[in-house]
Amino acid sequence: MKKLVLKGRTVFGGSVDGEALVTKQSWATFMAADIYTGEVTEHGHQLRGKSVAGKMLVFPTGKGSSGWSMGAQALRFAGKAPLALVIREVNTQIALGAVVMRVPAVCNLDEDPTEVIATGDWVKVDADKGIVEVTRKDQT
Amino acid sequence: MILSSGEQRMLNGEEGLAKQKAMELLVKYGTALGAERFVDTNNVHVLAGFFPYPDLVKQVVPGLDVDEVASKFLLDTDERIVLDRVKAFTTNHIFAVNKQYWKILQHRSPILADLAERMETYCRRVGINNLATCTPYQVGNILSKGEHCAWTESSAIPFANAVLGARTNIEGSHSSFASAITGKTPLWGMHLERNRLGDLIVELDIDLDTVLEWGLIGYYIGGAAGLHIPVYVNVKSTPNLSMVMALNAAGASSGSIIMYHIVDVTPEAATLQMATGNREIVGSIRYGKKEREQAYLKLNHSKSSKVDIVVLGCPHYSIEQITTVARLLEGKKIHENTSLYITTCKQIKALADRNGYTEMITRAGGLLLEDTCGLEFAHHQSSVIATDSPKQAHYYPGVCGVEDVWYGATEECIDAAITSKWRGELK
Repeated sequence: MKKLVLKGRTVFGGSVDGEALVTKQSWATFMAADIYTGEVTEHGHQLRGKSVAGKMLVFPTGKGSSGWSMGAQALRFAGKAPLALVIREVNTQIALGAVVMRVPAVCNLDEDPTEVIATGDWVKVDADKGIVEVTRKDQT
Repeated sequence: MILSSGEQRMLNGEEGLAKQKAMELLVKYGTALGAERFVDTNNVHVLAGFFPYPDLVKQVVPGLDVDEVASKFLLDTDERIVLDRVKAFTTNHIFAVNKQYWKILQHRSPILADLAERMETYCRRVGINNLATCTPYQVGNILSKGEHCAWTESSAIPFANAVLGARTNIEGSHSSFASAITGKTPLWGMHLERNRLGDLIVELDIDLDTVLEWGLIGYYIGGAAGLHIPVYVNVKSTPNLSMVMALNAAGASSGSIIMYHIVDVTPEAATLQMATGNREIVGSIRYGKKEREQAYLKLNHSKSSKVDIVVLGCPHYSIEQITTVARLLEGKKIHENTSLYITTCKQIKALADRNGYTEMITRAGGLLLEDTCGLEFAHHQSSVIATDSPKQAHYYPGVCGVEDVWYGATEECIDAAITSKWRGELK
């Protein structure tokens, strides 16, 4: 089976695999998520009502309130953080968010991850090496 | 990251455990950003008195011991750190709790009030100035052009960068606290000249001459700009304080605008050439009637024409805005089925008291509240809320579960408070 391999840089180290949840919209935590379920609550967001808990979250970048890192850390305390973050481009919110969520995270991949990864794909992130391996859902 | 000898000393623990833990966090954060070095900062605005998930704090730190709360929730360390004093000049964001009306308005979690009280004392102890506002630039923390700082509050960041020409990224509660302790912030993003140049042109087809118009364009461009830096061209009239506050808060809610230029208005944009330098322009957006309407429709998602609550003052109202509201309420009464809450900081509330505005608002049946935020009130989910703040209109569904939200001009919101009906429209 053919795997797609993307190469980028480490945001926060570690390695893990799981099912992808992909959005083309920026992601916010504070004031935009239910930290006890991991659900996105932001009005008008593609992922509204879906939980990021235990998922390999693939998204463009972070956005919104500077309470971001509190929301991100709260997701970790509540056990509802994503397993890993596959980020197109970091900003301060998501960089600090990844640090306090303490989950493997990568960015600056050689292809736009929100284009080439689909929700349901199996994704392996080796953040120390900056490598993302994608196995298509329809090929498993 | 490449560290100076002083930074390395802190990281090694030679200047105590607090600085060591703060440096550890900053190195992880700087690495995550891809920063190579740190820059000194002596101006930090922390978010150290407001905990949005108070029940979680109680669960993690049952005794609410402040040093343990600060260690775990502000430094993200599992060790208990007893901080002596912060190094940088530091001011504090809101506590979110209004002591006088707490029991009526904010019964979401009693722990929030307890924590706010404890953290106010803690901040005094460690040398953090309790400004208690989301608008530090209004009341005692104003920045110089080029000054490196580390601020929290998404709506205050573009004020620092774009309006004042100071340099800050949008910091979180953890990074800002670590910067306060060490006097360091990653040399990344807005701290570097090249990243401040504009790369997205916004051409105006219409005049922006009210607070509402500046909020609408901010909301539209925030959703369209991604991480790019907009350059507004063809702006006919210079926005005042209330207008740039609306622009900033809107653009940081629908998106993440931390810097922009208004040609011939903001300090790094005397000309279009100066605003963009040699940076490649990624695109151009026209903003006219159609775009304005789209932003308006996105912010107005109520299906009910009645209004239960009118909330004004996000970001914390300026004295000019309070003056406007007080005059609109002269000789009027708030409808018995409607509440009017206006939020500002203690310092501006004192001005309002002194000039008679508080009395005018109270006489009409409204409340002028210090220290708090409308998003922290215990609203019933079926309530219909009207606001003149794009930021609040954006966040109400996600934060309070309130779906029925109207957004409009201040005059329309006051009309709703008096009639209990929404009669606003995009004119």
